Order: sequence, then structure tokens, then C-alpha cells
Amino acid sequence: MKLKFDRYTRRKLFSRGMTVLTGATVVIVLLPLFSIIYETVVLGGGVLSVGFFTQNIPQPCSPHPGVVCQAGGIGPAIQGTFIIVALAALYSVPVGVGAAIFAVEYGGERALARVISMAADILSGVPSIVAGMFVYALIYYYEPAVVFSTFSGSLALGVIMLPIVMRTSEEALRTIPNSVREAALALGISRWKTSIRIVLIGALPGVLTGVMLAIARAAGEAAPMLLLNNGALHGFTGINYVSQNMALLIYTSAVAGYQNDVNLAWGAALILIVLVLGMSILSRIVLNRTARRWGQGT
Amino acid sequence: MTRGNPFHTRTSTKTRKVSKWGDRTFLVLTGIGAAGVVGVLVAVGVVLYYGALPLINRDGLSFLTNRIWDPENNVYGILPFAAGTLITSAVALLISVPLSIGAALFLTQHAPQWLREPIAQVVQMLAAIPSVIFGFWGLIVIVPVMASTVNPALAHYLGWTGLFGGPTDIGTNILTASIVLAIMTVPTITALSKDSIMAVPRTQTEAAISLGATDWEVSRRAILPYARGGIVAGVVLGLGRALGETMAVTLVIGNSNGVPNSFIAPGQTIASLIANDFFESFYALERPALVYAALVLLVITLAVNVLARFLLARFQRGMGAKVE
Repeated sequence: MKLKFDRYTRRKLFSRGMTVLTGATVVIVLLPLFSIIYETVVLGGGVLSVGFFTQNIPQPCSPHPGVVCQAGGIGPAIQGTFIIVALAALYSVPVGVGAAIFAVEYGGERALARVISMAADILSGVPSIVAGMFVYALIYYYEPAVVFSTFSGSLALGVIMLPIVMRTSEEALRTIPNSVREAALALGISRWKTSIRIVLIGALPGVLTGVMLAIARAAGEAAPMLLLNNGALHGFTGINYVSQNMALLIYTSAVAGYQNDVNLAWGAALILIVLVLGMSILSRIVLNRTARRWGQGT
Repeated sequence: MTRGNPFHTRTSTKTRKVSKWGDRTFLVLTGIGAAGVVGVLVAVGVVLYYGALPLINRDGLSFLTNRIWDPENNVYGILPFAAGTLITSAVALLISVPLSIGAALFLTQHAPQWLREPIAQVVQMLAAIPSVIFGFWGLIVIVPVMASTVNPALAHYLGWTGLFGGPTDIGTNILTASIVLAIMTVPTITALSKDSIMAVPRTQTEAAISLGATDWEVSRRAILPYARGGIVAGVVLGLGRALGETMAVTLVIGNSNGVPNSFIAPGQTIASLIANDFFESFYALERPALVYAALVLLVITLAVNVLARFLLARFQRGMGAKVE
């Protein structure tokens, strides 16, 4: 039997089919996300223990009959990631927040502010491996002895964090209504005190979550670590020496493929994912709340 | 902003005498921060250029067209990797653009109201996951499937095109890298497509509905043409992300230094070349060559990103609406 439809029914059916298809694309798009989260929670959750957070990374080893592998932990890598990201924040946060204040409070809608925002936007498009090579070429020129070090790595992470800090701070500062600035100026408060004690403090939740977002992003960056902070046998021993790192641990153990390392890498992946997703959810909530407080929220 | 920021009126400082020095210092300090952002951007280009100078002086632009990368014999050519970069990114977009536009349409037109925002937020979570985890996941989850099922099927059914030749049992190949890149570009393209679809004026869709258009015809003929500018900007932005992606690609592309001749053969991108070779490069000009490669990658990604910003700005002006 051959079904025959009139033209209108055919169009209707086709439209219905396309609707179903768009729904299917959403499912296809979400599948990898759920798969990634599932794998990291199951495989990474399996290795979580006190020792995982405190012990050293073990000798690479895959289980054979008669061979017992050390489980070990990623203590030094957690420490290394923490320190290198803190260093990167040390350079990028003051510069980024300063640039944001300059753009919002002094640049306003003038071309200058747009140039700065544009520069930050373009900088955020620079691939992280290029940022790593930039720092390599820079340090190699001035002081080749420390080219491979925690310091170099932290500089590269700083370059990656800078545009994120700048743009999120800028957005947060712009949520403060101008009436607040006018009120402060009308009370005779000087401009710089208004900028810091009224505008910046008012926007602080937004600025801080921007910083946290940048920190989460930097913690997951493996490319610059591969170039500049690679091959460490210990955690942090000084900024002139390389240190172990969670994101890099994931890469190196995935490449080497030893079972106990891979297990630890899933654990590291779980920590990074919790950190990163936690931060991005938190930042969304905080930004929304700040905006609503100043009467611009949704 | 209707009234404008009161700081921008030049008269405001003249009328007050309080703490001029504080204001000046503060202006200078924040100005240094602003100069820092612009300065870093400029410095990236300049420093990479000087780092690559030894090879630029020797090879000039023939670096771009040379097909051989052979550090042992002091021969450096980036063509195979530039090709690998462009091919993986193009295939990635081929996969992710229809998916992203479909998802954006569903999220703006068809999904129940209460579901729209939550799903959109969940899709955006993809953008937050570190790229090394994408690569790790791809290596463990996608690569075995490619080797066991996808490669043989492609070779069997599409082998006649000549694009899927070579051994089929290697799961780490150009297509795998493209698939992982596709997943990574989806959030960017979906977000911009969704925003530009939402910026389509209500009258536009209502006019189409009143003419008797079905849901699909409304999307196809009224919404998508109107939102096209924003969607294209999103695609270009996604391209910018795909071109420079390193860790995810390096883990699943197979890292082979030849000119790619099959989608299911291992390949190499500029980014994965740097990631693979840098730490173990010992020959005299090898590191300058890798810096040169980074410079080429920088130029490509900057051009693409600037184009994306330009398209986005033009689209926003055209719409007269705020799209982020």
C-alpha cells in the first residue's frame, strides 16, 4: 500500500520531522558531555581516598601476574597546580582588574575602552600553546637557565588568565549604575576612592568569580605545562624549578598508558572537572545576583 | 546608558579640589593595567617573530610551502601540519555546525519553556571542560570505537572516494581529532546561534506564520536568514577555537608527520606538532622552527578571531540589538 498525502499534510509532517531532528541534535550534543562526566565520576571516583590526595605519584606500572602496582596519589601535582595557578593570579589579577577599571571608569564609551576590550577579546583567542611558546621565546632571550620552570609556566598561565579576568571584571563593573557614581561624587568623594570603595566593592562578587573562573581555566591548561613545566619528579621546590601538575599528569599518563598512572589521571580529571564546572555555575549565579541587586537582572 | 558615566565629563575634576594626586596616581596605575593587556597582545607577536628569526632569516616564507619536516637534515616545512590543521578544523565544523544550529533552533523554538535555560546552560558546560580531558576521554572512549567500527565501515562504504584509504585499525587519526574538535566547538556556535535567533524580531516570525508557514518553514525562511550574520560569526569563532586546540588533538590524531592522504590516517596539526616535538627538540634550528610554527598558528588564529569579532560587531549593529 502506498500512502498518499496532500501537499499541506506533507509539509506538516516534514516540519514535525525536522522538529524531532532538532531535538535529536540536542541529545547528540549532550551525549559527549554526559559520557565525559560519567567516565570521570566512575573511574576518577574509584581512586579517591586519603592517600590519593597526599601520596606521591608512583612508579609507572601496569598489573602483571606477580606484580603488584603501587596505587600512590597525586599530592605533589595538586600542590604544584595550586602554586603555579596562584603565581599566575598574582600577575594577571592586578593587571586585568586595573585594565577593567580603566576601561569602564576612564574609557567609557570612547574608542580607547573599545580598543582595550578588543585587545582582551583577541588575546583570549590566542591558543594556549602559542602563549606557551611566547613565554618560552621571551624567557629564552633573557634568562635561558630558567626557561623550564614553574615561573615560566606561571607566566604563560598569566597570559591565559589575563583576558578572562579583564572581561569578566569589566562586565561586573558595568553592572554598577552611574547613579551610584554620581551619588558618591556629589558627596565630595574623590574619583579614585569612588572607583575603589564604591564601584569596585559593589562589583566585587562579580570580579571575584571572574578571577575564580580564570583560575579554574588555568588549572586545566596542560599545553603550556607541556612546554615549560614538564618532566618534574617532585612537587614545588622553588619557582626556578619545574613542578608536577594535574593537567599535565593527565596528558603524560594518557600517552604512557600505565594502568596505575591512568587511574590517577582520572582522579585528577575528576578534581579539575569539579573545580571548573563548580566555578562556572557559581559565577553564573553570582553575576545574575549582582545584576539583579543593581536592578538590571533578569 | 542614557545619562552616561559621570566620570567621563571632563569638567568634574576642575570643580573639585580634593585629592588630585590620588586621582592621578589611580589613573596611571589602572592605565598601566590597560597598557599591559594591549602590550601583552603586541608582545606575543613581536617575541615570537624574534624567536623565530634564525629560521626566518634562513628560509623566509618557503617554510610555509615546504612539505618536509626533517630536523635531522635541517629541513623544516610546515605545509603538512598547516594542511592537517585546516582539514581537522574544517571537518570539525562540518559536523558541529548542523548540530549546533539544530540545537539552537530546538532551544529557541521547540523545547518547552521551562527546559530551555537549563539545557542551554548544560550545553555551555562543554566549553568549561579542560581540553586535555577531552583528549583523554577521546583516547579512552572514541578511539577504540573508531578502530573497531567506524574506520572499517568508512573504508568499506566510502573507500571508492579514495579519501578513506590506508589501514583501518588505527583509532587515532584525522577524523577522530575532527570529532573531538567538533564536540569542543559546539558550545560556542550554539550560544551565538541561539542569541542571534532570539534577536530575530517577533514580527518576522509572525508574518511567516500568518502566511501559513509550518514551524520548519518559519525557521528555514524567516528565522535563519535573519539570524545568519550572528550564526556565521559564531562559526568563525568556533573555527578560531578549533584551529589552535592542542591537547585534545595531540592525544587523538596519531601524530604522523606526512602530508595527510586519508581521513582515517594519522596526521598532525601545527599545535600538535609543537606539543609533540618541543620538549625533545635537540637540533640547532628545531626550536626556532617550532617558534616559527607557533607564529604561523598565531597569525592564522588572530586573523580568524578578528574576522569573527568584525562579523559579530557588524551583525549587532545591523540588528540594533545586544547579542553576546
